[in-house]
Amino acid sequence: MATILDIKNAISNSSARSVVESAIESANDNLEYHALLSVTAERALQRADQVDVGKITGKLAGVPFVVKDNFLAFGAPTTAASKMLENFNAPLQATAVEKLEAEGAICIGKANLDAFANGGSTENSAFGPTKNAFDKSRVAGGSSGGSAVITALNVVPFALGSDTGGSIRQPASFNGVVGVKPTYGMVSRYGVVAMASSTDTIGVLTTNIEDAELVMSIMSGCDKSDMTTLPDYFEISTEIKPNQRVGLIKDFMSDDVDLDVRNQVNKYADKLRGAGHIVEEVSLPMAKYALAMYYIIVPAEICSNLSRYDGIRYGHRAEGVNTLAELYGRTRDEGFVTENKRRIMIGSYVLSSGFFDAYYLKAQKARTLLINEFNKLFETYDVLIGPVAPTTAFKLGENTADPIKMYLNDIMTVPTSLAGLPAISVPFGRDKSSLPIGVQLIGPMKSDALLLSLAKSMEVL
Amino acid sequence: MLHLAQLSKLELSDNEINGLQTDIGNILGYVEQLAELNTDGVDPTYQVTGLKNVWRDDEVIDYGITRETLINLSTESLDGSVKVPKVL
Repeated sequence: MATILDIKNAISNSSARSVVESAIESANDNLEYHALLSVTAERALQRADQVDVGKITGKLAGVPFVVKDNFLAFGAPTTAASKMLENFNAPLQATAVEKLEAEGAICIGKANLDAFANGGSTENSAFGPTKNAFDKSRVAGGSSGGSAVITALNVVPFALGSDTGGSIRQPASFNGVVGVKPTYGMVSRYGVVAMASSTDTIGVLTTNIEDAELVMSIMSGCDKSDMTTLPDYFEISTEIKPNQRVGLIKDFMSDDVDLDVRNQVNKYADKLRGAGHIVEEVSLPMAKYALAMYYIIVPAEICSNLSRYDGIRYGHRAEGVNTLAELYGRTRDEGFVTENKRRIMIGSYVLSSGFFDAYYLKAQKARTLLINEFNKLFETYDVLIGPVAPTTAFKLGENTADPIKMYLNDIMTVPTSLAGLPAISVPFGRDKSSLPIGVQLIGPMKSDALLLSLAKSMEVL
Repeated sequence: MLHLAQLSKLELSDNEINGLQTDIGNILGYVEQLAELNTDGVDPTYQVTGLKNVWRDDEVIDYGITRETLINLSTESLDGSVKVPKVL
């Protein structure tokens, strides 16, 4: 698969225009996967021409990429894969997109997702699901399914995604690409459609670790428009010290996890040992409660964040209504998919006065216990590893009738999200049906660079 | 269920209400397992990086977006204002 360096070489040997043209052509050749909701050809080619005459320069000059369609970006509507924002033309661009454009990168299209990033398979897109890059009868994973598939199909060397509970890592795992969810606050979320503000993060999907490091180094840092951003601490580390202490999370290796997935994680652990690192089994007993916490806290935040879609200032507005109450109710019924409604209503329930203590407050206290367990482990270990998801990509439609079954796929990605920890998904082998398997590397707060350099050192072995 | 839909400002069809009722019941049943945890004396975590009330100076920041651009995002506008149905 083409790396950013390959693409830059192709640009020097021909032109940014020809490279961007062929990426657009490749996107159009792969329409059957439904990875993209729009192709921003006109704006992309204009920018490519500016690269070719030297008006646009930078570390990524002329390199095509794709953004998940919950990032505000010019050149096509920002839909969040919803009817609510089907015709919404963003008046500004997300900080992450601006930073990449400032280095010359060229956005060629906007990737499919679960509507408002609510989901784990991209089947909740109001415009139809994305198909897995390895088997079109299977899901792309989600919610950044389109970003994962378009990267896996080699259309672009990288695609942006957002990860609230696994939405970058799980589709990366399902499509055999690298997925990076940074420490909470490392990358600005300004201009990205908010889902759950206490766990939303912005990251990238790439074909290799080195490219992920480059893109993350460009996107990271403080932004006055996102008060939760941390001062820039990310520096690409060039070497990894031997004797890293690695904890293999045994709670993620139960019989509920596919044998092929467990085997690959064990092989990865052996590979780490072979490279001189110390791998030991560790226990994270609170992990089994993380999904229950997540499905209280996150719907509560979704319920608040999606309350802005009222049909008044922007987005869809229902027609033929007489009163304001009717306008709100009908607009939101028409603009949201069922999964959005399900989460909004759970959120309303757990936040309502009679149930607040039993659900929302209880979950936030349990979250503290989970964080304490992680902190305790990080007193002894530098990195934790485990699977990304209990299975490889499942069949389209297999889990849609049972929301809990669908949610259970996130069981090993949500704990890190609730704790704000960085975690990456690294492709490592296939299962018996030749579907990709991902291994998850988890580190303490701000250990993003360590995780990436450790994964990079394993990549070449 | 209707009350919950109303709180959520969602006008749902009967069909959808039935499905949602089952799902939401099941999900609330699943999350009930937290009840078995002892959280006495534990502080809740609302924010993971320890931030508290980040303030900024009360000044207008120019994002280069005009009032007209923003008003035009609404479905209906009149004389530079967003138009809505009768409130009272």
